Amino acid sequence: MAAVLPSAGKQSQVSAQRKSRTGYFLLLPGMTWLAIFFAIPFVTLFMTSLQAPVAGKSGQYVPAFQVSNYPDALAEYWPQFLRSFFYAGIATGLALLIAYPLAYFIAFKAGRWRALMLVLVIAPSFASFLLRTYAWKTILSDEGFITSFFNALHLLPDDRILNTSIAVVAGLTYNFLPFMILPLYAALEKIDPRLLEASNDLYASAFTTFRKITWPLSLPGVVAGTLLTFIPAAGDYINSELLGSTQDRMIGNVIQTNFIEFRDYPTASALSFVLMAVILVMVFTYIRRAGTEDLV
Amino acid sequence: MANEGTHNVEDLHLQNLTKKFGEVAAVDDLTLTIPAGSFFALLGASGCGKTTTLRMVAGLEEPTSGSIHIGQNDITNLRAFQRPVNTVFQSYALFPHLDIFENVAFGLRRRKVKNIDAAVNSMLELVELAPMARRKPTQLSGGQQQRVAVARALINQPDVLLLDEPLGALDLKLRRQMQIELKRIQTEVGTTFVHVTHDQEEAMTMADTVAVMNAGRIEQMGHPADIYELPKTVFVANFLGQANLFAGVRTGTSSDSIEVVANGINFRVLSARNSAPSDEVIVGIRPEKMTILDLHDKETIPSGHNMLEGRVIDVSYAGVSTQYLVETTWGQNVTVFEQNVLVGDRSSVGDPVVLHWSPDHTFGLAGGETVLADTAQILAVGA
Repeated sequence: MAAVLPSAGKQSQVSAQRKSRTGYFLLLPGMTWLAIFFAIPFVTLFMTSLQAPVAGKSGQYVPAFQVSNYPDALAEYWPQFLRSFFYAGIATGLALLIAYPLAYFIAFKAGRWRALMLVLVIAPSFASFLLRTYAWKTILSDEGFITSFFNALHLLPDDRILNTSIAVVAGLTYNFLPFMILPLYAALEKIDPRLLEASNDLYASAFTTFRKITWPLSLPGVVAGTLLTFIPAAGDYINSELLGSTQDRMIGNVIQTNFIEFRDYPTASALSFVLMAVILVMVFTYIRRAGTEDLV
Repeated sequence: MANEGTHNVEDLHLQNLTKKFGEVAAVDDLTLTIPAGSFFALLGASGCGKTTTLRMVAGLEEPTSGSIHIGQNDITNLRAFQRPVNTVFQSYALFPHLDIFENVAFGLRRRKVKNIDAAVNSMLELVELAPMARRKPTQLSGGQQQRVAVARALINQPDVLLLDEPLGALDLKLRRQMQIELKRIQTEVGTTFVHVTHDQEEAMTMADTVAVMNAGRIEQMGHPADIYELPKTVFVANFLGQANLFAGVRTGTSSDSIEVVANGINFRVLSARNSAPSDEVIVGIRPEKMTILDLHDKETIPSGHNMLEGRVIDVSYAGVSTQYLVETTWGQNVTVFEQNVLVGDRSSVGDPVVLHWSPDHTFGLAGGETVLADTAQILAVGA
């Protein structure tokens, strides 16, 4: 026995080692992908953001360590930064308001229509993002029935929707809505209906049950959904480009213009980095405050 | 609704309670009074309507017709959260985001009761979970979660506590332990417990009164021992334990008993133990009430006993007892349990034997074709 046991132990150790190595092999394709398409461009972008212009030659830059690119870019474009977070914030809030009741309905009340409704939620994604935003251009056009309707009620300050901030926020809300609905649905669907019955049985009205049971248990979905909506919305430039006026430009537009039209690569790169950093900080504070790790 | 100090609960009355799902009546015109402070078990196979009955009392299901009263108080149209009734759910349904303390305090907080801390702590003492107060439900074992579910319901001092298969998720040993535990808690607090289960042993060990339900109706109700010793229907005889049944016809009546001939054999059934209204009688006997003898010991059988000859076709030894399967002359299989108290030879396969039992243990049930068809169905389901 004594002679057998250690060798058996050794054998299981070897197989355990092999198992853990298998894990790393499985990571390999993904890691390679990330290295080539994320890590390397990330470093290149960072280096670009510190480049200095070649005197007299527009669009040409040399490697340098010009940290002043950052404050310069911020000083020039801080209004677009603020506007981006403002628009993205409103769009996220609106998406949550629209998505929560819908996800709730699909999860608890849709019965046999559940699968169909989920398909309908993602169905718009079958058409391209750009195409759908162009469609909104038609829907919100000055001659369109929506604009006429609101104008008849004298509800529009500029007598139009297209080329205003309303159109941009509406477009953002629409385009990122599925990213709000799906995580909310996933979280709500996991809630055992018997918990709601138990709460009801323990003297909680429907509203109290929602406040004390359903809402806290759906928080992981709320956190995931708001992040998945806010992050791309803050960096988006298509909606502002197609639906807004020059007064409604977001930071995504600025970055795009600087890269493609002005060929001011260092400024564009610096702005990209700042955007990334700000979003990261916001996300971390948000997750910590929401305390998702305490939730099941 | 909470009774401070003395707990004067009242009887639970179900009056002509019916619940239909489409055309199917899950609960069919049920009228029942559950005495205050009793431990009442609703026993039946799945789909017999017992859980639906419980959910209607809890307010989680709306009756199609009929009424539910506690004492004089009509609760039929009250919403679940307005009823002085609490439920221990089958899978406990503990709130995963709240710790044990908050789970137990949930009902009290909703009703804005004072001194919640003291009440919760003493309730956790009662179910012996005080050290677990700050744990989350998932960190507890099945038995502990079960006790939390009981505590969470019981702390509200409901007039009636409903238990929906509360021990179904536990393993056998833990279930035995919890049966004793639940019985102890019920005796201590004196609340009316209505316990729904498909486990006849569970119902019999815990309840003062058992109601056997079948197809939305109550077949028989009474003290567990009374129902077991004297079942009134074929369903009860088969569902609550095992029974050997012989369909026959009444041929004679004396002062205290009747004669029934089944398959050419004469059986005596005491009139007091016969529930057949007509001449078609099914004679029944529990397997452990029969004694098995070698055929040549036939003379030793006391006079007046019912008896039956046959051949052993299977013997299974199970420690405390041995189960024999005996084939009668007309080909019916009869089950016999014999306590393993005797030293020496047992009957073995192929032996010709004679079975005998006292009329004191024999019971008579209503016969007829429909009943027998039912029996076949029950036996098929049971197997």
